[in-house]
Formats: sequence, C-alpha cells, structure tokens
Amino acid sequence: MTNIAIMIIQPVIAMLLAPMLLGVINRVKAFFAGRRGQPLLQPYYDLWRLLHKGVVYSTTTSWVFKIAPVICLTAIILTAFIVPLGGGRSLLSFNGDLIFAAYLLGLMRFFIVIGALDTGSSFEGMGASREVQFSALAEPALFIALAAMARQTSSVSLSGIFSAVTPQMWTSNCATPLLTAAAMIIVLLTENARIPVDDPNTHLELTMIHEVMVLDNSGPDFAFILYGSALKLWIFAAILVGMLLPMNQMPLWISIPAAVAAVFAVSVFIGIVESCMARFRLISVPNLLFTSISLAILSLVFALRN
Amino acid sequence: MRTDIIMVLLILTNMVVLGSSRLRACIHVVAAQGVALGILPLIIHSFEPQLLIFAVLSVLLKGVIFPLMLWRTLRQLNVWREDDPYVGYGLSLLMGPIALAFSYWISTRLPMPFSVHSPMLIPVAMFTLIVGLFIIISRKKALTQVLGYLVLENGIYAFGMAIASQQPMLIELGILLDVFVGVFVMGIAIFHISRQFDHINTDQLSTLKD
Repeated sequence: MTNIAIMIIQPVIAMLLAPMLLGVINRVKAFFAGRRGQPLLQPYYDLWRLLHKGVVYSTTTSWVFKIAPVICLTAIILTAFIVPLGGGRSLLSFNGDLIFAAYLLGLMRFFIVIGALDTGSSFEGMGASREVQFSALAEPALFIALAAMARQTSSVSLSGIFSAVTPQMWTSNCATPLLTAAAMIIVLLTENARIPVDDPNTHLELTMIHEVMVLDNSGPDFAFILYGSALKLWIFAAILVGMLLPMNQMPLWISIPAAVAAVFAVSVFIGIVESCMARFRLISVPNLLFTSISLAILSLVFALRN
Repeated sequence: MRTDIIMVLLILTNMVVLGSSRLRACIHVVAAQGVALGILPLIIHSFEPQLLIFAVLSVLLKGVIFPLMLWRTLRQLNVWREDDPYVGYGLSLLMGPIALAFSYWISTRLPMPFSVHSPMLIPVAMFTLIVGLFIIISRKKALTQVLGYLVLENGIYAFGMAIASQQPMLIELGILLDVFVGVFVMGIAIFHISRQFDHINTDQLSTLKD
C-alpha cells in the first residue's frame, strides 16, 4: 500500500514543483546580474494568467495546431510517470521503459514542431528546422548515454538503473557515471533550450530556437506548452540526479527530499551556467552536440569494459 | 576511485582540446590537465618527501609556467583562434572515442609484468598520447601544435606514473626538463616565424626557399 502511495507521490511532486525550477533559474540569474529578480512563484502566476485567457487561432491553421499542445502535455506527463524520483520504482516501470521515455519526449517535440509548421509562417518554420537539427544530434547522445548506464547496471529500465546506482558502483567504476553525466548535462541544456544552445529569454529572430516555434500559441495552449517544457526540464534533471546519486541506499523519507533538493541543485547549476556563458553561434552548436555524443560513446566504452 | 576521477578529468580535457578552436581556452584546459597530472603521483604512490618535490615541480611547470609562456606568445602574436584545421572539429571530436577504444584494445594486448594501480591508467595515458599526436598532425597553427606536444607529453607522463615504482623519478624529471626547453624554444621560434611571415600557419612554411 505504501509502495503504491510512493509511486503516485513521485510524479505528483514532479508536476507540482516543475515550474518552480524556472523560478529558481531566474532568481539565480538575477542574483548573478545584481538584480532582485522576479518572485520565485512567477512561472505559476504566468501559467494561471494564461489559463484564464481566451485562445486566438490563425485562420490558416488546422486541427493539428489545436491538438498539438494537448498531445505535448500528455506525452510529457506520461514520461513523468516513468522517471522515478529518489529510489523505489516508478508508477509505469517495465523492461525497456527508458526507450519508451525517450520516444515520448520525441513525440512531444514532433508535435511542437508540426504545430509550428502548421501555422505556415516561415519564421516558425525556421525555428522548427533548427530544433529538429539539434535534437537529431542530441537524441543519439541521450540513447548512448542511457545504453552505457544500462550496460553498467545491467538493467533496462530507468527504475532499475537508478536503484542499481550504489556507492560500490562509484568506487569500482566511476568513469561511466561521470562521463554519462557530462554527456547528459549537454543533452539537458540542448533539449530544454538553455543558454549555450538557445536563449529562453529572448525574442530576437536570430537567437531563437524553441521560443520561435510557440509564438502563435496563446492562452491555455501556450500554458500547456510552457508547463510541458518546465516538466521536461524536471524530467531531465531527475534522470541526471538518478544516475549520479545512490538514492536507493537511503530510507524513502530521506531519499525523496534529497532527490528533490538535488533536482533544484541542478537548476541552480543551470542558472550559473546561463549567467557565466554566452550563447554559441548556431554553427558551432553541432560541435557541442558531437562532444556530447563522443562523451556518451566514451562512457559506453568504459561500461563495456567492465 | 580518486585516480579514476583524475582519469575522467584527463579524458574531458582531451575532448575540449579536440573540439575547441579558441587557443586561449585550449591553453587553460591544458594547464588544468597539467595540474591534475601533477597531483597524480601523490594519489597513486605512498607519501615520500621526494615525491612531494616532484609533484610541486610538475604542477608548477605544467600548470603555471608553460601556460604563462604560451599565453605570452599568444598575446604577442595576436592570433586567437585556429581557423580551418586539416581535420574539422566535429570529426576530431568523433575521433576521441575511436582513439579511446583503440587504446583500450592495445592495453589488453600489452601485459604488464606488475600490477597497475588502476585499470584505467594505461588506456587513458595512451589515449592522451594519441590525442596529442592527432592535434599535432591535424592543426595548422604552430601554437596549437605546441599544445599538442604538451598533451602528448602529458600522456607520456601519465604512462610513466603507471609504472613509476619501477622507474626512477630522475628520468621523469629529465623528460620534464626536456619539455621545458622544448616549449621555451618553440615559444621563441613561433614568435620569430610570425615576425618574418605575418602568420604561424605551418602548411605554408613548406614552400620556403632560401
């Protein structure tokens, strides 16, 4: 009984706290810039405001544009059910669920892209093309990194991988988790449109990737997309934390708060990266992703060796 | 485990050197690599006073003096990036895993007559060596080639660390001195090359006539 309660509470925590990550990142960036910054709960206010607005649809759009935000939200919430948080199993865990999770993220991206293309605006088409180009390079890195961890822990489910991360694994072979983490950080920054790849705060055409695709969405649709991307950030941070920290050794009442704290630590890290780095030129972003792929392959080499 | 962390640091720095076109960033990263390698003997071997001197010396040389000299040359030359190398950066980055897999394969064929501290030590040392060589042959600017030489030397150093209990530290010190003189001479030479020819691209030096 308690087991099921814990399985249910994990995605609930993720869904409740996900927008807070954006608030934390904003506050860290404000702190580095010497400003006070917006309130920590600003993303929630934004979502609330958007949910109470009406929707405007361009006459050139079809049903694809209307259905895209809903499918995005569904896909990402399903992913939240798969990724466990701090020890224990997740609600939806089965052998091979890591591939299912990666494809759900792919489905989400596909519908954002096709919604952007459906508007018929060349501007959004440009963003869609960039997004697809970069995610085509980020996806192999994600898959290879997950494969390395799966080989290292000899288990093919995210819950299994996370529960097999133990202090013993760290002392016997710390190369695989470290290199996987390095690759995953780059994938995290890319997939969530964070600064070395994309600037989430700008609306200038040259710098945008993700933002440009959702320009035509309004009201609740836009709220769904914003909330979906916050949840996506949470999920990537949770995967990173789960791969690094030996949570399964602790009792659950410690491990879940510890995992939540670690996810927030990841968001603070993202804030620091965003404050200290400039955006890369679009032409050098593939190099960054090649680095990520190479690091993932390196970690796979070490995992195969053991 | 601490050795493994240093090895991972070595791999990461190698990847940055392979993928970065900015000379200043490359120099910083090679300096970081040198510092990590300098404290390696303290971790691997049991503590001895002479080891401490050795570690301090190599941290000073690899982490402070080489980077300062290269930094000075860089400022005098006013060359900040490697524009178009023979092998592009994407391809260089993908070369990394291939080189590591290859050095793993080699290290299985290379039985050591004694036990090595960490199973990662020899493959990663070999990997660093290959990366250094690769940087030397795939880049055009003379300064990057000196950096490649330093990375190569770091690989030899790491390799020496793996078998250092079998090998007198004096030899390592000798190598360190050789490298110091090498970098010193090259720093001066590069500066004069750029004075004479307005650039330090080695691909055009082969057309020199007297």
